[in-house]
Amino acid sequence: MSNRSLERRESGFTRWFHKESTAGLIFSLPFIIGFLMFLLIPMALSLYYSFCKYDIQSPPTWIGLDNYIKIFTKDKTFSKALGVTVYFALIGTPLKVIFALIVALILNHETRAVGFYRATYYLPSIIGGSVAVAILWRRMFESNGTINAILSTIFPGMTGFNWFGEGPAIWVLIILTVWQFGSSMLIFLSSLKQIPMELYEAASIDGANGIKRFFHVTLPLLTPTIFFNLVQQTINSFLAFTQSKLITNGGPRDSTLFYTVYQYNKAFPALGKSQMGYASALAWIMLVIVSLVTFLLFKSRSKWVYDA
Amino acid sequence: MKTERKPWKEVLYHILVAAGALIMVYPLLWMVFSSFKPVDTILPTAKQLIPTEWTLRNYIQGWKGFMGYTFGTFFLNSFFISLTSTFGTLLSSSLVAYALQRLQFKGKKILFGLVLSTMMLPAQILMIPQFMWYRHLNWVGTYFPMILPYFFAIQGFFVYLIMNFIDGIPKDLDEAAKIDGCSYYVTFFRIILPLIVPALVTSAIFSFIWRWDDYLSALLYVNRASMRPISLALQLFNDPSSGSDIGSTLAMSTLSIVPATVLFLIFQKSLVEGIASTGIKG
Repeated sequence: MSNRSLERRESGFTRWFHKESTAGLIFSLPFIIGFLMFLLIPMALSLYYSFCKYDIQSPPTWIGLDNYIKIFTKDKTFSKALGVTVYFALIGTPLKVIFALIVALILNHETRAVGFYRATYYLPSIIGGSVAVAILWRRMFESNGTINAILSTIFPGMTGFNWFGEGPAIWVLIILTVWQFGSSMLIFLSSLKQIPMELYEAASIDGANGIKRFFHVTLPLLTPTIFFNLVQQTINSFLAFTQSKLITNGGPRDSTLFYTVYQYNKAFPALGKSQMGYASALAWIMLVIVSLVTFLLFKSRSKWVYDA
Repeated sequence: MKTERKPWKEVLYHILVAAGALIMVYPLLWMVFSSFKPVDTILPTAKQLIPTEWTLRNYIQGWKGFMGYTFGTFFLNSFFISLTSTFGTLLSSSLVAYALQRLQFKGKKILFGLVLSTMMLPAQILMIPQFMWYRHLNWVGTYFPMILPYFFAIQGFFVYLIMNFIDGIPKDLDEAAKIDGCSYYVTFFRIILPLIVPALVTSAIFSFIWRWDDYLSALLYVNRASMRPISLALQLFNDPSSGSDIGSTLAMSTLSIVPATVLFLIFQKSLVEGIASTGIKG
């Protein structure tokens, strides 16, 4: 090969390398590889295993739809876990979003201390996902813990209430998730700041009082933000894992058995053989459920969200 | 909203909001103060916040750890995992964000859709699929599953956050660089990267805190006691069979939230803005 043709080839490569379309792909390469390697392949693999009996030790055997059929027809714990998760999402999410909205309205106030307040109300959200908080929560709600100690001071007769009984245990987890309303609150605060003053002034001139202004100006303009927080927090509560695993581990009598914890227990049981195929089917069902819920929320959007 | 208020109303406002703030942080204050109480007084004085008698015994006792490893090991492990994965996240996410925000190429729209879809695919759904795949790759028992994927921009949230930030940088700067003969690669490293530092700081803090708190991955992938990060170690330490007591557990729990709390206090402002502009989970 002559020197000249080598030179031409190099300049061809350089030109190709510096083209915008090439640069775009090269810059995107990390994501393309990451998406294939860490998302697509694992998902495809688990879809295949969801049609298999697979205990990790021995090779998987194809059983068709058996896992799915068993889940939907015979598995009582599946419906229990799904019920617990839906209950948690249905109560915890609205409470959290309402709390976030109320506190944001209160903190939307011109004072120098507001930065300090905002930070304090947000702090639980920043560290709420840690193991430390899970441990703390367990200790606080124990029958001889802080919560009961404080309650017995306020209500003298009330001592030794069992927070981890079958009824209240789920509420210990709901209180924990509502406590972390901080990030939704911050999103509300930033959209409150974007509402133009003129709208309030115009409403005042029309004779609207504070309550009317809230329901006719503030609330409609906040609906896109309410929607956003609702979608995000619903997905989050469907997928809560660490806190329920550590604080109640599903008990007592499966009354706090979150779907994700159930799935984990099937894949990595404390006793007996792993049921990876079964757990894969559970994961896929959850994916479909979460997508469906998100889809329904988006469908409902046009009914109540006000787009300016 | 700027409204004229009577002074007594202003005072009432501050009393109520401050009381609410106190209730919010009370559990954390209780943990911190209890960790300085003598261990046998923690539960009997549970409703008293400030210790009558202060002691460091819980910290000295707790730091000794269990199964032959001190908490120093667990903290170092957590720092190593959180720092390397955060570095990977920042590097890869900013490269991808630049491409998706500034460059025109085939398939860009699809890629952007996929990036957004990763925000809907949280770790809890992926835990079983990824575990099986990493097992095929022989990664179980190593730090690979907890570090390597983050070098490939798999968290759409960070790509999206940085994209929003790049959008705010005037395009004239890119154009000027192009006229000066800079390639896209040079433009990225010389022009864009220095300008997106604020977005990188916000991303770094969130990434660090999430990796630090990540209990699920540690549970799935760490087998050896010497490799345990703080999240897993703390959970095992909390079990009475490890020889711990409530005092040393609360002391080590308090220490474990120090990094996140300090980062939060220092960078409070940029975190708040980061959330306000992208809107994320918490």
